[in-house]
Amino acid sequence: MNHRAIRAIYLFEMARTWRTLLQSIVSPVVSTSLYFVVFGAAIGSRISQVEGVSYGTFIVPGLIMLSVLTQSIANASFGIYFPKFTGTIYEILSAPISYFEIVLGYVGAAATKSIILGLIILATAGLFVPLHIHHPVWMLTFLVLTAVTFSLFGFIIGIWADGFEKLQMIPMLVVTPLTFLGGSFYSIDMLPAGWRSVALLNPVVYLISGFRWSFYEIADVSVSVSIGMTLAFLVICLGIIWWIFRTGYRLKN
Amino acid sequence: MSSIISVANLSKTYGSGFKALKNVNLDIKRGEIFALLGPNGAGKTTLISIICGIANPSEGRVLVGGENIQTSYRKARSLIGLVPQELHTDAFESVWATVSFSRGLFGKPKNPAHIEKVLKDLSLWDKKDNKIITLSGGMKRRVMIAKALSHEPQILFLDEPTAGVDVELRKGMWEVVRGLQQSGVTIILTTHYIEEAEEMADRIGVINKGEIVLVEDKATLMQKLGKKRLTLHLQGKVTSLPESLAHYELDLCDGGATLVYDYDTKGERTGITSLLGDLRAAGIRFNDLDTTQSSLEDIFVDLVRTS
Repeated sequence: MNHRAIRAIYLFEMARTWRTLLQSIVSPVVSTSLYFVVFGAAIGSRISQVEGVSYGTFIVPGLIMLSVLTQSIANASFGIYFPKFTGTIYEILSAPISYFEIVLGYVGAAATKSIILGLIILATAGLFVPLHIHHPVWMLTFLVLTAVTFSLFGFIIGIWADGFEKLQMIPMLVVTPLTFLGGSFYSIDMLPAGWRSVALLNPVVYLISGFRWSFYEIADVSVSVSIGMTLAFLVICLGIIWWIFRTGYRLKN
Repeated sequence: MSSIISVANLSKTYGSGFKALKNVNLDIKRGEIFALLGPNGAGKTTLISIICGIANPSEGRVLVGGENIQTSYRKARSLIGLVPQELHTDAFESVWATVSFSRGLFGKPKNPAHIEKVLKDLSLWDKKDNKIITLSGGMKRRVMIAKALSHEPQILFLDEPTAGVDVELRKGMWEVVRGLQQSGVTIILTTHYIEEAEEMADRIGVINKGEIVLVEDKATLMQKLGKKRLTLHLQGKVTSLPESLAHYELDLCDGGATLVYDYDTKGERTGITSLLGDLRAAGIRFNDLDTTQSSLEDIFVDLVRTS
């Protein structure tokens, strides 16, 4: 294992975060605070409680997931797309480093950033509403699993994209709508029966449901199903990445 | 001298069906400077890309330091430093950070003294804290060389190292390359500047349309394929040449003031003695003469045209 190479990529990517601190950390925190103002204060004042939890408190896990999902994808896709765009990928491909190590470096850094971000949002939320986490270990497990899985997904998008437009397309057209429709701001029990069945086709529902369970022990679907779905998505992403490196898809001629 | 790179029956066909390399066989000797010449699209960069791991071969085998580039890629790649043709650099990192990153990527422990030496050798030391985006094109090129040297490679690939670099800087780079060779590094360079190959290389390979046309010691190549030109400065102007001189295929230049004779140095007889005798017999006198050797560029153009 070329651990020095993994460390080099990881630190290189993390350095980019510190260099672009405002857009990497501060702007998601600001936008999350705005969500609290709009959804928590404005809408929350009309919805007293959801399944025994105040609305402001109820939306905290969904808000964290919203940011972790989108930022994991953005961080990882940009991290691998940028060397492709500038051409510096030649150095990664010609280095004595395995594909697994490349993924560890890039995805590890992207997931780390998202986890830090999720924890910052959690702390920010604590300023607005009282929080009690019933299962902190499970909360961290869901947070890490989601960050890693969606960083892998972002890595795939970064490899696939051959322009900035494509880089933005999947996150904007697919992931953000799925996240908004995935129960970030409501329980899917609040939906009419027909739409509830449709909502269950949305993989994000399972992530948010499991994550919310770790906070308040309330869930739209069972926790084991949530974990199973997350792991299934993780395995699918790993499979696609294995195929990408085996074939050299969009990386090697 | 033993081979440090051995390419055997290497072919590359792109997805479009274009055959970039056709059954290439090539050995690079340890410690030499090898210049790979060829016109645009000849396959130079494809060959380098395959050896360095950036492109996959379609057929054939490549050994670097005795290690197969596919089955033993870690060992093989750790021996190589690559400076690609295009200026691919980071933008916002400092020179020091990007060169240190390259060393880490190749699995080497931190060694600030070595990075300092590389940067000083390449006249980049005073720019070590500058962001790469602020550097000139020539400096960026040197940053790329510094990155390639950061992990102390035994082999250095320089793909068009002096493209777009001014004359002074180019000569400076030649000095750096010579210094590297003296320290034991094997250097493979591709270039469009024939004088660069002529100046630097120990051996020269010519590639055209994906095939190695020729590999030869530079001196032997110059001797073997080189033509010489004899120029005679005549005492008086001559309007036409007699029939007795027709078989020499002479050219009358400068309005009949000079007579030019091309001859082959590899031939047993150059024909100079008989030409001079026949000129005297024809009453054509000259007051000076000089000979010139054809350049590598002439040889290269001839080879590519006939291959």
